[in-house]
Amino acid sequence: MSGSAIEVSGLRKSYGANEAVRGIAFTVERGEVFGLLGPNGAGKTTTVEILEGYRRRSGGDVRVLGHDPERRERSLRERVGIVLQSSGMYPRATVREALEHFAKLYPRPRDPRETIALVGLDGKEDARVRELSGGQLRRLDLALALVGDPELIFLDEPTTGFDPAARRAAWETIRALRELGKTILLTTHYLDEAQSLADRVAILKDGLIVAEGAPTELVPERSRYSVSYVLRGERFEHVTDDPTTLLNELTTGALARGERLEDLRVGRPSLEEIYLELTAEEAQ
Amino acid sequence: MSGLALAWAQFRFERRMFWRNPSAAFFNFTLPLLFLVLIASVFGADRKELDVLVPGIAGMAVMATTFTALAFNLTFLREQGILKRVHGTPMPTASYFGGFIGSAVANAVVQVALVLLIGHFAYDLPWPPDWPALVVFTLLGVVCFGALGVAFSHAIPNFDAAAAYTNAVFLPAVFISGVFYSTDKLPAVLTGIAQALPLKHVIDGLSGGIVTGHGIGDHLSALGVILAWTAVGLVLAVRKFRWA
Repeated sequence: MSGSAIEVSGLRKSYGANEAVRGIAFTVERGEVFGLLGPNGAGKTTTVEILEGYRRRSGGDVRVLGHDPERRERSLRERVGIVLQSSGMYPRATVREALEHFAKLYPRPRDPRETIALVGLDGKEDARVRELSGGQLRRLDLALALVGDPELIFLDEPTTGFDPAARRAAWETIRALRELGKTILLTTHYLDEAQSLADRVAILKDGLIVAEGAPTELVPERSRYSVSYVLRGERFEHVTDDPTTLLNELTTGALARGERLEDLRVGRPSLEEIYLELTAEEAQ
Repeated sequence: MSGLALAWAQFRFERRMFWRNPSAAFFNFTLPLLFLVLIASVFGADRKELDVLVPGIAGMAVMATTFTALAFNLTFLREQGILKRVHGTPMPTASYFGGFIGSAVANAVVQVALVLLIGHFAYDLPWPPDWPALVVFTLLGVVCFGALGVAFSHAIPNFDAAAAYTNAVFLPAVFISGVFYSTDKLPAVLTGIAQALPLKHVIDGLSGGIVTGHGIGDHLSALGVILAWTAVGLVLAVRKFRWA
């Protein structure tokens, strides 16, 4: 199979006068885990729901596995698995019944029992949906998205509300899916989640992509380095794109005053620092 | 699987879920029958009154199993996000609603059959003299109230309000449409309203099939009113449809 899994160019979506997505472009390669990161209201869910075929775009072009999702072709939906932020299931169905029923919708489904084990719901096969805990419901969501053995999986904030142990377990499942060669588009507002799972991330803010790249090399044009030190018991931190000059000024000043800069560090800003800097501008 | 096979799979799934909620299933099946038996027994209904009551309860059962049940269940499915989940799968829309609405139709058919059986064996009523009229008006009633139920679900803001909204339509319709007593005794205003709504005409048509033997040809105006409401219901059901 050739071509990228997802191609987006010039994508726009407005609700009345409000433009939620203001012309974004990105590409997700096959077998890649791509993270859409951003604060609430940045346009993540709108973007994903356009890719999933739930919403119509106002402008631009979108290709998902070579299809236009707006046309809602069955042949596309057979190859895509969707985990929404919140979606329910028949409360009186058992876990097994739910998976067996949804497996019927796909041409080459995964074995429901194996799918239940994959998401860690073994032992809950005969439990009714209404009896499941919040975390177990999210695992059922994932199982229902996987039972069709999709090539491409959309995960919209898959671990929101999880305790740390459940998050780690979900991350392991997502890594296992990546090992199986699945393409995954993940939205999250947790930085550590994007950092530990995604091959590449795009940071969305106010409907625009403000940075894109691998989490380790995701560096916006300015503020490449952070310089920090402790002076008179207080930690100072500067972000600069010219650390040489800054260090020279700092050390010269300190020497002239006969002071020591304790614990002097020069580093690349973490994804978190970049993220906060990029997304917090409006608040200042 | 083909679209038809998926509709059948959805139908069977819906049936299983229906029976898994025993209180709702009990309520759905016994309430109209309870009305029939109680009213007939408590008031010691004579043959003339039974001839009004039996088609009336049959019409009420058709409305309860389709209009009320569909509006109620659809509101639940939408609020729970189940519709949205289904919409993201390869399930064809026609198959899903075929199975979902088919389940409501099954309830309607079983109910009408039970009403007829009780009428025959408990109250010595003869078997229906005009089966085609009975079948046609049952199915028309099902289609009409089914479409109106789906359409009405769009007006219900949330599941907590669903019972109030559906009963606000269902109960007055039942009281003015001649379910429990002949509409001859009603004030003209109420009769006029009932004439404009579909339930009275479904009951008239069913009465032709079950009691009087007046066939479909004698109920052409009833047919017209039901079809008009069906058209309105279908247009609103489809055009106003929301998955979430």
